[in-house]
Amino acid sequence: MNLRHSWIIALKDIRIFIRKRTVLYTLVLLPLLLSVLFPLVIEYGGKSSGGITGPEIPALLHSFEWFFVIIPAIIPAPIASYSIVGEKLEKSLERLLATPTTDGEILLGKSIAVFIPAIIATYAGASIFMALIDAVTYSKLGYLYYPNWDMGIILLLAPLVLLLSIELNIITSSRVSDVRSASQLGGLMFLPFIGIYLASEIGVVTLDTNALLIIGGVIAVLDLAMFRISTSVFQREQILTKWK
Amino acid sequence: MIETESLTKKFDGLTAVDGVTFRVEEGEVFGFLGPNGAGKTTTVRMLCCLISKTSGTAKVAGYDVGNGADSLKIRRLIGLVPDNVGLYESLTAYDNMDFYGKLYDRTESQRKESIAALLKMLELWEKKDVPVATFSKGMKQKLAIALALVHDPQILFMDEPTANLDPEAARTVRDFILDLKKQKKTIFLNTHNLDEAQRICDRIAILNTTLRAMGTPEELERSVQGRVTVIQLEQSNDAVLAAVKNLGLGDVSAEGNKLTISTADPEKANATILDAVFRAGGRIQSVNVVGSTLEDAYLKLVREKEKV
Repeated sequence: MNLRHSWIIALKDIRIFIRKRTVLYTLVLLPLLLSVLFPLVIEYGGKSSGGITGPEIPALLHSFEWFFVIIPAIIPAPIASYSIVGEKLEKSLERLLATPTTDGEILLGKSIAVFIPAIIATYAGASIFMALIDAVTYSKLGYLYYPNWDMGIILLLAPLVLLLSIELNIITSSRVSDVRSASQLGGLMFLPFIGIYLASEIGVVTLDTNALLIIGGVIAVLDLAMFRISTSVFQREQILTKWK
Repeated sequence: MIETESLTKKFDGLTAVDGVTFRVEEGEVFGFLGPNGAGKTTTVRMLCCLISKTSGTAKVAGYDVGNGADSLKIRRLIGLVPDNVGLYESLTAYDNMDFYGKLYDRTESQRKESIAALLKMLELWEKKDVPVATFSKGMKQKLAIALALVHDPQILFMDEPTANLDPEAARTVRDFILDLKKQKKTIFLNTHNLDEAQRICDRIAILNTTLRAMGTPEELERSVQGRVTVIQLEQSNDAVLAAVKNLGLGDVSAEGNKLTISTADPEKANATILDAVFRAGGRIQSVNVVGSTLEDAYLKLVREKEKV
């Protein structure tokens, strides 16, 4: 495999979709909004009843941290839909497939194009979140809450979730013929993670370190399974003759 | 340069290309004529290693189509102008070309040189930094051809390169193909534009799932019975009619002062026919060869059910 080819394809895709407003909004606004919103909740939440106290903070932050698993599930949908369905719509895939690149190189290039901006956005959002949380909780806790192991595991889960989301979006892109449908279908990826969040909120599951490691293991297995499916879908003959 | 033997492609039981055998020589402009759905694009896709063949053999520049290792070598040697221009509309003309140049592992200086040369040749240099989305259809088609040439391929596959172009843009593209021919590029041209095929192709194959005929445009015209020699005489003359019939070259009919002689090759037979007319005392006002064109040949051949 010629990784240089994959990198060339990734850079081209990134150049194309950073000009798309929808993609930029998703990349910048969602992580930024959540990373600022949660510290604001800690700082100003429950002011009428005396504010959030020090002992209440860790449980709240535990819930908020999970959103940095949800973000990488959401972000790839609009980017991947432009990367693959967009290319289908511009009818440029045939020409790309006629170059001396392998299916794997193209698929890797498309995945890198989605992965890099999405992981940067997620980690940037998480960094802002941790810095702001430390700033607003230090006086109440008497110590810096972040960095800690749980957030470390969350940040390790993020790329696994991102990969799963990219693979799902590749499979979805082979079945739809417009960017919006691809984006909406791919976006459904966040539902299971919202489900886990709600389950933790009502006490069905506890998102402690052990639970996070188990979830990480399950996602890694799913990543491998989806990788097999996505590579079987992304074959040049199928793309040219079977893709919608 | 390109060689196929009984090349066949089936999709879920439907035969798109059936037992096609042909050979394209180096530096030749080879036209592939056929109606929509005849299998032209499928053949090009097989030869460009984009889809697999069901059976038969095909070689491009000596490499086996269908052999995984050879596929990359073939794709490195060829350029493809697909039936859709396939450009990245939000990128500039230069960036589109630079992207493909990189994928063919051209160095930066090679890319700069070939991009400048091609864009200047196709009168797109002034627009090199403009997003392709603002281009007219003709400009996009010219850029699509330039993209296929950025790595200086030996063989160029073109799928309907002048379809949907206005006459002026189509002429520019045709002239460019003729320039490429002068550069000894081998060009495989899918088209259903008969006039275009006749003007620029050295040889033409007519395809309608099976290969119906192959030859130079002139050979194909001649292959259809229907070209006739029409002789306008000053006066009708039974002796002239008998003399021409006695030659046994083909069907002869007379209508008023006009003799119509149907032969396999009028250009070869005319001297003998005119000699017989003179000898029989006939006085000739005019001689014309009329009849089948490439269009006649094409229509007849694509409608035939039998394989040639």
